[in-house]
Amino acid sequence: MELQYIWFFIVGFLLIGYFVLDGFDFGVGMSIPFLSKDDTDRRQIINTIGPVWDLNETWLIVAGACLFAAFPEWYATMFSGFYLALLLILVALILRGVSFEYRHQGKGEKWTKWFDWFIVIGSFLPPLLWGTAFANLIQGVPMETMDNGGWLYTGTLFTLLNPYGLLGGLTVLLLCFTHGVVFVALKTDGDVRVRARALAVKSGLITILAAAAFLIWTIIQHLQSDTILLIVVFSALAAVVLIGAWLANFKGREGVAFTLHVFTFIFALGAIFLALFPNVMISSTDPAFSMSISGASSSAMTLEFMTWVAVCTLPLVLAYQAWTYWIFRKRVKRTDIVAAPVH
Amino acid sequence: MNVVLELDPLILARWQFGLTTLYHFLFVPLTLGMALLVAILQTAWVRTGKIKYLQLTKLFGKIFLINFAMGVVTGIVQEFQFGMNWSDYSRFVGDIFGAPLAIEGLLAFFLEATFIGLWIFGWDKLPKKVHLLTIWLTSIASIMSAYFILAANAFMQNPVGYKLNPERGRAELTDIGAVLTNPVALAQFPHTIFASVMFAACVVVAVAAWHLSRKQHVDTMRTALRFGLWTNIIGFVGTFFSGDSLGLVMTQTQPMKMAAAEGLYQTATGADASFSLFSIGTPDGAHEIFSVRIPYLLSFLSTHTFNGTVEGINDLQAEYTARYCGEDSLLTCPSDGSFTPIIWVTYWAFRWMIGLGVLAALVSVVGLWLTRKNRSVPQWAWKVAVWSAPIPLVASLVGWIFTEMGRQPWIVFGLMTTESGVSPGVTGLAVLISLVVFTLVYGALAVVEFKLITAAAKAGPPAIEEPEDGSDVDHAALTTVY
Repeated sequence: MELQYIWFFIVGFLLIGYFVLDGFDFGVGMSIPFLSKDDTDRRQIINTIGPVWDLNETWLIVAGACLFAAFPEWYATMFSGFYLALLLILVALILRGVSFEYRHQGKGEKWTKWFDWFIVIGSFLPPLLWGTAFANLIQGVPMETMDNGGWLYTGTLFTLLNPYGLLGGLTVLLLCFTHGVVFVALKTDGDVRVRARALAVKSGLITILAAAAFLIWTIIQHLQSDTILLIVVFSALAAVVLIGAWLANFKGREGVAFTLHVFTFIFALGAIFLALFPNVMISSTDPAFSMSISGASSSAMTLEFMTWVAVCTLPLVLAYQAWTYWIFRKRVKRTDIVAAPVH
Repeated sequence: MNVVLELDPLILARWQFGLTTLYHFLFVPLTLGMALLVAILQTAWVRTGKIKYLQLTKLFGKIFLINFAMGVVTGIVQEFQFGMNWSDYSRFVGDIFGAPLAIEGLLAFFLEATFIGLWIFGWDKLPKKVHLLTIWLTSIASIMSAYFILAANAFMQNPVGYKLNPERGRAELTDIGAVLTNPVALAQFPHTIFASVMFAACVVVAVAAWHLSRKQHVDTMRTALRFGLWTNIIGFVGTFFSGDSLGLVMTQTQPMKMAAAEGLYQTATGADASFSLFSIGTPDGAHEIFSVRIPYLLSFLSTHTFNGTVEGINDLQAEYTARYCGEDSLLTCPSDGSFTPIIWVTYWAFRWMIGLGVLAALVSVVGLWLTRKNRSVPQWAWKVAVWSAPIPLVASLVGWIFTEMGRQPWIVFGLMTTESGVSPGVTGLAVLISLVVFTLVYGALAVVEFKLITAAAKAGPPAIEEPEDGSDVDHAALTTVY
């Protein structure tokens, strides 16, 4: 097994980790207007992710850095190519991040309202844009090779906004939304919990429809692919666990619903990475211009060193993050919010 | 429309990098320095049980957190920006440059982001000592992250541990140990950390002075004041000596930068290698009209000897032209043929960095003298203390301007010019849009951030009830929520 493929797996693992974790942060942020009736409700919802949203977002930073280290060509081509989409994601993440901290620091209601909207917008744009970007990655984007051996994306922001890309964006958006709503149901009690459960029943149905459409379209696009069997298996598993999550939520089994949601992300994104394999970016200009895993990767020495670092750190990271979730395992109640001082 | 089409992506990308990086560095020193000071204050509370240390932990912890949020979100921009605006640079050095960034993420950022959450929300959920450990881990993680990012930056100043692979058209790693122990990083790391401690210390002093001048929280704030003053002086000593060794390394690895720091056109030896405290020259800096000079000092700064030779800009320009502008030097020969940074920028940035650093330390020395043995302190002194808070921050910022502008025209010294690192496919318009967006968003957030920090500082330490029976304070009352 070549190290490049191991790193394709590690980067995939980090990205899936990012979508699983920050995915529910996005859903929580987006669902605030739907689930809250007063400011205490809003704070109860935000505090479900209070201690963890930052570590969840860090998965993106680490995935980005590992992409840079292990696949510099991929990092360089994708980040310069998807320029304006990434700019929007960055602005959204900036607004969301500071808003958690700042919304309660002001004096007036108006101040808080502004930052609440930043949280909603900042939670809405990233999953939509990431979904669109990833769908385009596997569908293929206009791309050529350059004289210096690198690749060049030749499209614009609007090239990405094609029907399949947008369906991908919508699917990820809805998955994150329902994922977050189920998380709120799992982590709160009282009215907010009841509302969240009801909302997840509704949004879950739309999510299932969008995901099914997207996965079927993906399968059709990749019928000729070497990995088509695995893509079908992963897509089917994603569909099964997503429907299972909906049923579990319907029956009030929030923990089961959330766990199955996590597996939905794993299988659905797994299918996407399988559709990409053995490339990392597919050229719609000419298949000869597609960027392969080995063409994008760093030297063997860099990958070997990085493998050691990842093998030594990741288990530890997973352990202390799991411990953190364990420490904050209790549901957030309205009384917790009213009693405690804001920091 | 023509104006739009002629927008130069290179100039815009450079402005964007400068702007977003300096802006990010507004928050970095306070994160690095304050995490450490808060950890020390909380340790003092855990060990002595004195409430005033707990109050200071909470007060400066709050200031730290308001600042931390901005550091995190502006940091993501930094990581993405290499790929977005500097994609040819990224593919050329990613094999080496990416590794420290990835280690920074895996080793430091995860740790920092996880334990900061535990610290903020874990007051009533963790045993006292475990909770103390969380702030120490946050501090250690932020300091580790500084090391790895400085190691990455050091590769741009002084590339080591690589070989060129002409087939792939890129530089590849040969020795990760050399990359991680780059002499530039080894000198720059303590310089950055100590300078950050100075800024955090000056913020502590300013907050304490503001309250003391109003005779509020006198006992608690006096402790904070003395703590801040001493810490600032310790920070200065560390910054001074690490800066000195950085100067030596810089002369060896980037002689042009040292020449540009002095505006030294002709190679000079001994007494002629003088350091000008200030000078007035022609606008292009090439001819001097008036200056105040200290003989031998430049020789000493550059070589630690009084009869050393410091290479001048003219000699270096000729040497570099011969070495880097031959055939096959597409990546190393600047299009205007100049290997000289903008002299007035490097000259003045170097002086302001040193001058402001010394000034900040002097303020603390005077402060320690004035506040000795509980003497009454004149009001003007409190004002000076409050207003000197930003001095070390400005010194850090101009220090970075010096370091990075002094590196020009290189993006990686001797390997690649800045102009060849820019993204080939990104239009000037796209960069302009992002430059405008970042300027607006960052500008607005800077105002908000400044207001929130000053409001938190003025609000002062929280009232914490001390149980009369000598038992521990109520930890449930310490925890906070969003």
